[in-house]
Amino acid sequence: MTGTGPSFAGRSAIVGIGQTEFSRHAGRTELQLACEAVTSALADAGLMPEHVDVLVSYTVDPVDETELVRSVGIHEVAYSSRVPYGGGGSMGVLLHAASAVASGAADVVVAYRAIRARSGATRFGEAKVTPSPTSGHSGTTAMQWCMPFGVLTPASWMALNSTRYMHQFGVRSEDIGRAVVQLRAYAATNPAAWGYRRPMSLEEHQASRWIAEPCIHLLNCCQETDGSVAVVITGRERAGYLPQAPVVIGAAAGAALFEQEIASDHYRDDLSVMEGSVALGRRLFGEFGFDRGDIDVAMVYDAFSPILLMQLEGLGFCGFGEAKDFIADGNLGPRGSLPCNTNGGLIGEGYIHGLNLVLEGVRQLRGTAVNQIAGAGTALVTASRTGAILTTR
Amino acid sequence: MRPAPLLTDDNAFFWEAASEGRLVAQRCCGCGRLRHPPRPMCPRCQSLAIDVVQLSGRATLYSYAILHHPRHPAFEYPVVAALVQLEEGIRLVSNLAGLDKADIEIGMELAVGFAPTQDGGAVPVFAPVRADETRSAS
Repeated sequence: MTGTGPSFAGRSAIVGIGQTEFSRHAGRTELQLACEAVTSALADAGLMPEHVDVLVSYTVDPVDETELVRSVGIHEVAYSSRVPYGGGGSMGVLLHAASAVASGAADVVVAYRAIRARSGATRFGEAKVTPSPTSGHSGTTAMQWCMPFGVLTPASWMALNSTRYMHQFGVRSEDIGRAVVQLRAYAATNPAAWGYRRPMSLEEHQASRWIAEPCIHLLNCCQETDGSVAVVITGRERAGYLPQAPVVIGAAAGAALFEQEIASDHYRDDLSVMEGSVALGRRLFGEFGFDRGDIDVAMVYDAFSPILLMQLEGLGFCGFGEAKDFIADGNLGPRGSLPCNTNGGLIGEGYIHGLNLVLEGVRQLRGTAVNQIAGAGTALVTASRTGAILTTR
Repeated sequence: MRPAPLLTDDNAFFWEAASEGRLVAQRCCGCGRLRHPPRPMCPRCQSLAIDVVQLSGRATLYSYAILHHPRHPAFEYPVVAALVQLEEGIRLVSNLAGLDKADIEIGMELAVGFAPTQDGGAVPVFAPVRADETRSAS
């Protein structure tokens, strides 16, 4: 795909991945978790800390860059960056890395996320009533307009959009539950997953308690998880000399729209459509020479499962309101047209704030995934408004 | 009782008006467009000149969610979160009061009321318009 679209396309590759165990109680700091994942990813890449010259992350990051540098032993950092929008920015690290490497501003980039979403001081699912006037670049300034009304969590913010979506297209809770059943089936065979050996039936999904009625049952929510993942990116030429088969960043894009926020996103005209995904799909499939039919496997941010359906529609894998049928027809499964979140997703494997989906995309293209899709050569990784297409072709 | 809103230089006019029982919004002096949440510049014409205007308090229900978990002691559960479309065209996150969940219907007509907060202020909440008073205020 080199030579089409923006000049950075196809000129960098993911050459290393690393992770800690995923758990409900890591028993060590986010900084230590990040150190472990980063050194593991560098070892996988056949590189040393002194080779790293750029760090990229995304907001709501508990790890300070300078602390990571002085613990891992990175010698000289040219620059670091953080993509806004929290988990919605998780795939944006690939745009930052790919454009930096292709331009020559970076040689070896490390992208990472460490989180103690389960045992740490801040659980996303906790009720908090003290908003800050700015969002710390997380893209949630409008949360201050939610909290006086008891709308206190990401699930409750997204529930308002999800109810409208269900109303607009006649989507029922069980339509969304069928996606979760598939993701939990993938997780059940993934030893790293929270849901390992724990498949879930649609009946169990329907019987789980309401978090936000009529759209989010408990089993529509991702697993707050402790752990860390890291990815190493370098130029395609250098990648050829490293031990792992390079996974080329064929496309990378972001699309954050006017009046949009990451989760407290209530002010655009039509909330039944995830317009950020529409814009992202237009970029990824319009500018880089890839078609939707080229995608062999897709990793789609599923913090809450209604947004999985909305992203499939926004990205153009089915029509608006048709994700329920697309899912019921088995398209997300191993023999479907779009095997999706084959690690179990954030809902089945765990919530490392989205970046663990990139690692699964890489494993699929290396042929080392536990739920390997035969012949997978091109993968989409996406988080509502940021995304990338990875390829070995 | 529900917590007081966070006051900033940009939003204080809204919450102070609500505490006096008035629902207001910013209106651009350049192009006349209403906007919410508040901000210093008009995103359509880039004017910095702002009026604050009182709204009718009439709205329709754009979306909702009945919140069961997690629970915060400041609120009574379930909380009925609402996204209301004001007749002037802007949208607010709020609550629905005074109706059973079986009676909640997207598109239903609503009217503003005000609910007290811990600091002695109030925030706008919405209740269904009774059949006998539908449109009578207009």
